Amino acid sequence: MSDVFIAFQANEESRPVIDAIVADNPHAVLSHPTGLVKVNAPNALTIRRETIEGLIGRSFDLQQIHVNLVTISGYIDEDDDQLTLSWKH
Amino acid sequence: MNIDLQAREITPLRNTYDHVARHIGGDKVASRYQEATFGAQPMVNFHYRPTWDPGHELFDAGRSKIVLADWYVLKDPRQFYYATWTMTRAKQQDAMESNFQFVEQRGMLSMMSDALRDKTLEILMPLRHAAWGANMNNASICAYGFGTAFTAPAMFHAMDNLGVAQYLTRLGLAMGDAQTLDEGKQRWLEAPAWQGLRRLVEDSFVVQDPFELFVAQNLLIDGLLYPLVYGAFVDDHVALQGGTAVAMLTNFMPEWHDESARWIDAVVKAAATESEANRALLREWSRHWVDRAQAALAPIARLALGDQGEAVLNEAREQLQTRLDKAGLKA
Amino acid sequence: MDTRVTSKKLGLKERYAAMTRGLGWETTYQPMDKVFPYDKYEGIKIHDWDKWQDPFRLTMEAYWKYQGEKEKKLYAVIEAFAQNNGQLGVTDARYINALKIFIQGVTPLEYYAHRGFAHVGRQFTGEGARVAAQMQSVDELRHYQTETHAISHYNKHFNGMHHSNHWFDRVWYLSVPKSFFEDACTGGPFEFLTAVSFSFEYVLTNLLFVPFMSGAANNGDMSTVTFGFSAQSDESRHMTLGIECIKFLLEQDPDNVPIVQRWIDKWFWRGYRLLSIVAMMQDYMLPKRVMSWKEAWEMYAEESGGALFKDLARYGIREPAGWKQACEGKAHISHQTWNAFYNYNAAAPIHTWVPSDEELNWLSEKYPESFDQYYRPRLEHFREQQQAGNRFYSKTLPMLCNTCQIPMIFTEEGDASQICYRESDYKAYKYHFCSDHCKSIFDHEPEKYVQSWLPVHQVYQGNCFKPGTDPTAEGFDPLMAVLDFYEMNVGRDNFDFEGSEDQKNFAAWKGDTK
Repeated sequence: MSDVFIAFQANEESRPVIDAIVADNPHAVLSHPTGLVKVNAPNALTIRRETIEGLIGRSFDLQQIHVNLVTISGYIDEDDDQLTLSWKH
Repeated sequence: MNIDLQAREITPLRNTYDHVARHIGGDKVASRYQEATFGAQPMVNFHYRPTWDPGHELFDAGRSKIVLADWYVLKDPRQFYYATWTMTRAKQQDAMESNFQFVEQRGMLSMMSDALRDKTLEILMPLRHAAWGANMNNASICAYGFGTAFTAPAMFHAMDNLGVAQYLTRLGLAMGDAQTLDEGKQRWLEAPAWQGLRRLVEDSFVVQDPFELFVAQNLLIDGLLYPLVYGAFVDDHVALQGGTAVAMLTNFMPEWHDESARWIDAVVKAAATESEANRALLREWSRHWVDRAQAALAPIARLALGDQGEAVLNEAREQLQTRLDKAGLKA
Repeated sequence: MDTRVTSKKLGLKERYAAMTRGLGWETTYQPMDKVFPYDKYEGIKIHDWDKWQDPFRLTMEAYWKYQGEKEKKLYAVIEAFAQNNGQLGVTDARYINALKIFIQGVTPLEYYAHRGFAHVGRQFTGEGARVAAQMQSVDELRHYQTETHAISHYNKHFNGMHHSNHWFDRVWYLSVPKSFFEDACTGGPFEFLTAVSFSFEYVLTNLLFVPFMSGAANNGDMSTVTFGFSAQSDESRHMTLGIECIKFLLEQDPDNVPIVQRWIDKWFWRGYRLLSIVAMMQDYMLPKRVMSWKEAWEMYAEESGGALFKDLARYGIREPAGWKQACEGKAHISHQTWNAFYNYNAAAPIHTWVPSDEELNWLSEKYPESFDQYYRPRLEHFREQQQAGNRFYSKTLPMLCNTCQIPMIFTEEGDASQICYRESDYKAYKYHFCSDHCKSIFDHEPEKYVQSWLPVHQVYQGNCFKPGTDPTAEGFDPLMAVLDFYEMNVGRDNFDFEGSEDQKNFAAWKGDTK
């Protein structure tokens, strides 16, 4: 079973996104390489728009993560409400 | 620490890169547009012929009959490089987003009469595909043209055309649904009024000379299409009949057309200025493609504006001719 | 951008389909084969383009919005860096040579990618694939332009960057990246995608990105770090295009598998060879080092690549043919490449030097199996010579591999005391290679590789002199004539870091701030 990961620039804007990932993915592990926040999870992780909106108190478009996204690993499935990285086919 | 830095001057060794300096008259301070553009394209010592076009080098001025001593004369007066292009478009996108919200919150589209709604969709939906064709042609110009000054803005123009197609798609979904788009596609494929334009667009897909394609698509086809559709049809006709919402939701198109016309005209003018041979070539291309474009758009003009259609199209042609004259192509 | 009012009607996937593949049509007035003339000749079979999954479904609106935001932030940093003379913040002026490698050898590749993706962005019949390729085309132009702008400030203050594009088309070591990318661009559209999107932007990308970016971060180059982060989010989209395209090709028809395998073999090997210069940069040019090339290879090639090829095994794909040899080379190539540049530094517009004792010890520690045995003795000998006033520079020219175009510096697998030589006879000539894999690439497409513009051959044929140069004249110095043709500033762009203008200037600028 391989890890998926996603990494963002460590700044104000990415903080609620990271917090949402941690809240929704109990097996996620954070690390902090220079200037980055990296989230590793076994097999899959999901980012939910609703969770982020709950944290920031206003509407959020998931595609906004592009501004601070640095790198990913895994196959992507996305729609208006969630983005999932996974290694399953 | 800061006091020391201010007291001591750090004199630069040079102002810019040599491959930029040689295009701006020497080692001067260069603008970001200049640094982003000049000398970017590899020019010589190519290693392999393209397996998909062994008759030419990878980048080859010989793909065009236009001859220029230096293809970097084809400068973009807007001086777009990636950052300024995206930031400009982002502002426009923001305004369009506001327009969509404004229109949708007030239900302005549902206030249009059925007849007006149907006419609007009848004209605008098939144009999604014309814009898609323009996207393909500008990708082609970028791929096979010569010199970054000419090819880079063509790729921006390709993406802009995709943006146009997507705004029209959004309009269709706002005024109808997925079926609305399908009906528009059917018309594009089958309705007699549209076949002239579709044939013209498909013929443009097989034009091999990137400069001819630039002139045909960006100057001549769009030079008639945009004033006809967004000037005469949307602004002067649909908006005045209760379809202001449509003008708002397509506002990007005429604005963008006017902005990019400055680029297109400057490029044509620079090429025409270089030589009588270029001028003759450009005149010949213009005559051929304008005649075809006008013939292709005539049934659409009639569909959109009834009896007035022909006169409006003639006027658009006259105005286009004025652009061509200013670019040095007076017959 | 909140389009949820309309999205009640269509979800993201359907809306995006309407925004992309719904726009295309089967042409009838012109036959499809004439409109799309290049998508069959490679033998790849596509039965259903609708199976193409669009990763990251960005509309142009979203693209403009988010890319515009990124550019605002990036250029604010580039401006601030220039205003504050940020170049003074780097650890040591030797670091700047990493940027020289970058602007000379990497930045032009972004430009090729821009044009190459414009080409495939026109030529695929699948609309979704075209849109993804076109977005990558403008992304790559972005990278060319932002790198040029960010490094512009360094170019004003240091040597070895001022004529990078001119050098790229002519100078011996730069034909390595030039031929690499031209090989990709001159291949068919499916090979281009396999070469660039998959092999380079997915399999090998971290081996380019991490050394330069962590090198920048650890050596005080905030401008490059900021550029790197900003570009990386584009790279995420590019990576997903890479993995999507390989899945798509392999799933469309089993006949595609052997074709794709051959491309994976070829492009892994050409990419690996291209990365030798990055390996050298990482092990030798960073005053503050963190990770060795060997460690980067183990993390990003062996671990990540291992997982990837395990996943692709279900399609019948195996790991690339050169995999084991590339892994064996991790202990050697950085040292072998540095050795070549140290020798040929008269003809290269960068600086080289013998590492300090501390640095030599770091290399010993990181390469216990190879450094002390093969490479430290050479470097210590060079230092002795330099201290005795004999810092030498080779004035003869090395034999190049006909495929990767690197000088023949690489050694046999398992025996680093033996240079690896291979050859092929083709028509009237004999061709030379650094490895079985470069030979195999040639043997599969000889008509392509015999066209190579090999810089050493070209110099010997007299094609690398300025017009009017007279080789029969008294006191003619062929090396100087070639450097003139290269338009290098001799004595400023080249030679050892010790005594260079870069070294003197940086010391003077920094001297008063303490």
